[in-house]
Amino acid sequence: MLEVKNAVVRYGAITALHGISLEVNKGEIVTLLGANGAGKSTTLRMLSGLQAAQEGQILFEGVDIANTKPHNFTALGISHVPEGRRIFPQMTVEENLDMGAYSRKDSYVDDIEKMFIMFPILKDRRKQLGGNLSGGEQQMLAIARALMSRPRLLLLDEPSMGLAPMIIESIFQIIGDIRETGTTVFLVEQNASQALRLADRGYVMENGRIAFSDKASNLLNDPRVRAVYLGESA
Amino acid sequence: MNLPFIKKFSTKALIILISSELAAVVTGPPGNGDTPWVGFHDSITQKASFFGLFVTGRWALFYAIGIISYLAVHFFKKLNSNNSAMDSLRSQYSSVAKNKYFKLAAVLVIGVLAILLPTVITDPFWREAMVSQIAVFVLLALGLNVVVGFAGLLDLGFVAFYAVGAYATAWCTGALPMPPIFGSHVNPFFAIPIAIILAMVAGVILGIPTLRLRGDYLAIVTLGFGEIITLFANNLTGITGGAQGTKQVPHFSLHIGPLKYIWGLDPVPYYYLVIGFVILFIFIFYSLEHSRVGRAWTAIREDEVAAESLGINPLKYKVMAFAIGAASAGFAGVMTAAQSNFLTPATFTLALSINILVLVIFGGMGSIFGVVFGAIVIQTITMYLIHTPPAGYQPPDLYIYIGALLVIMMIFRPGGLFPARRRQRADVATSSLENSNG
Repeated sequence: MLEVKNAVVRYGAITALHGISLEVNKGEIVTLLGANGAGKSTTLRMLSGLQAAQEGQILFEGVDIANTKPHNFTALGISHVPEGRRIFPQMTVEENLDMGAYSRKDSYVDDIEKMFIMFPILKDRRKQLGGNLSGGEQQMLAIARALMSRPRLLLLDEPSMGLAPMIIESIFQIIGDIRETGTTVFLVEQNASQALRLADRGYVMENGRIAFSDKASNLLNDPRVRAVYLGESA
Repeated sequence: MNLPFIKKFSTKALIILISSELAAVVTGPPGNGDTPWVGFHDSITQKASFFGLFVTGRWALFYAIGIISYLAVHFFKKLNSNNSAMDSLRSQYSSVAKNKYFKLAAVLVIGVLAILLPTVITDPFWREAMVSQIAVFVLLALGLNVVVGFAGLLDLGFVAFYAVGAYATAWCTGALPMPPIFGSHVNPFFAIPIAIILAMVAGVILGIPTLRLRGDYLAIVTLGFGEIITLFANNLTGITGGAQGTKQVPHFSLHIGPLKYIWGLDPVPYYYLVIGFVILFIFIFYSLEHSRVGRAWTAIREDEVAAESLGINPLKYKVMAFAIGAASAGFAGVMTAAQSNFLTPATFTLALSINILVLVIFGGMGSIFGVVFGAIVIQTITMYLIHTPPAGYQPPDLYIYIGALLVIMMIFRPGGLFPARRRQRADVATSSLENSNG
C-alpha cells in the first residue's frame, strides 16, 4: 500500500534520513521505533508531505506522492494525527470532528455517530471545547478527527506521548479496533513494548537509517531491542 | 475599625495619586532647560474642566477620575461575584439576546435609526464626520476584521488597500497625471468595480509571497507594504501627482434616462450611499464567516498545521482573506476620493493603519457587530474631541485618551466590546490546554 524507496531528506548541510526504505501492506499495523533524533518524526513529516524528500520515491497505491502538498493528502486517503495532538482548542468536540471531514463533499453525519460509538467519552463531551478536554480525551479527539476523512492509511505520531499508562492502554486498544475496520495504521512510537505488542511488523531507526526490521513478535524478543528500548541489559 | 481594608485602600490611593500626576504632567505643557518644573507646576495650578461640569487643577481632576473609576470597578466586581439576582438577570438577558426574532428586531431598529440619523444630526461638522470619519472607517474596520479577526493574520499596512482604492478612483476619473482607461471624466460609479478589483489584486500580490510567513514576520512585511504604497504615491509624481496630490475628482452622479442626480457637497446623500454599501459588506462578510471558507479561516487561526493535515490549503485561504478584506478597503477609498474630491499621500499613513487596527481590537476581533460598533464609538470620541476640545486639549492628546481606553478595555474586556462568540470562550480553553499539555 505504502512503499518508501531510498528516501533522503537533508536539512541544509545536515542529512536527517540517509536513504530509508520501508513498506506498509494493506490491513497491517506497522510501527516505527527509534530513540530521540533517530529520524522518526522526519520520516512521518515526509510521509504526510510536510517535508520534501530530496531523493527517492514514496509510492502510495502505486502513485508517487513525493511532491504532493500536505493539504492534498486527505483526498488521497492518507490521514495524519500530528505529534502533540493539535486539536482546535476553541472549537467544540463536534466542531473539531466537522473540521476532520472538511475535504469530504458527501454527508458525514453517520461518521460522527460512528466516532461517538468508538469513543463514548467524546459523546459525553460533544459540546465542550477541545481545549477543555484532558490529554487522553484530546488524543482520542485527534484520532477521531483524522478518521472523519475515511482514510485508508492512518499515520499516528506518538499517540502515547504524555499520557497516563491506563489511558495509553485504551488508546492502543482503539488503534487495534481501527485496524479491524479496515484502515491500515502506520504508528511512530517511543513506547516500544506497547507498540510491538499491537503491531504486525516493526522498523527500528538509528541515526537516520533503518537499522533492522522484523515481525513485531520477533522484535519484542530481540536482544538489541530489549537492550535499547525495553531497558534490559543485553 | 477595619484596619486591613484601610491599608489596602490607602496603597491603591497612593498608586492612583502617582499615576494621576503622571497623566497630568504628560498632558500638560512641555518643559525646557530653563523651566524644568513647568510641567509639574502647571499640573497643580493650571485649571482644567471636566466636560464643563466643574473646574479644578489638572492633577486634582485626574485624581478624582482615578478614585471614582477605582471605586466603580471595585463596586462592579463586588456586584459581579456571588450575586444570584444578577446571574439570573444575565441569563435572562442572554436567552433574550439569543432569540432569533429579537436579533431580527434589533437589526431592523438599528437600520431605521441609521436611516433617520441625518434628520437628528444637523450640525454640518457632524454631518461631514458621519460620512468621511465614521462610515468610511466602519468599512475599513469591517475589511481588516476579515484579515485579523477571521483569519488571524496581523496586518499593519491595511491602509495600502485603502490608498489603492482611492487612487484607482482618481485614475478612472482622470484626476491623475496618468491617462485614464475609459477617457476622462468618468462617473466615479464606474470606478467602484475597478477600485475594488485593483485593491483585491493588491491583496493577492502582497499575499502570495508573504503569507508563507507567520506571526510577527507577517506583521513586519505588511508594515513595509503600507509604507511602500505611500512612498509610491509620494514619489511617482508622473503617475500619482506626487506630494501635492491629485486633480479634482468628480462627485458621484446618476443619469439613467429621465433620472438625474448628482451627489454634491452635501454629505447626507453620501451617507446613504455608504450605509448601503456597509450593509452589503456586512451581509457578504457574515455569510462568508458562516461558510466553508469561514470554517477554514477559523481552523487556520487556531492551528495552521492541524488545518493543513485535514486538507485545508492555508495559503489559498489566507490570500483569500487578504483579497476579501482589501475589497471593502478599496471601496472605502472610492468613497473618500469621490466625497473629498481630492487626495494626497499624507492621508495614507502608518498611524491610519494602526487607527483601523485599534477599531477592530476595541470592538472585538472576529465579531462583525463588534467592529462596526467599535469603529463608531472610537471615531465618535475622536471627532468629539476635535469638535469640542476640553480646556487645555492638544491634538496629540487624542492618543492618550484612546490609549487609556484601550488599556482599560484589555483589562476588563480582553475580547473587545462585543467579543466574537468563539473568542469569548477562548480564555478558559487556552488556559486549560496549557495545563493539560504541561
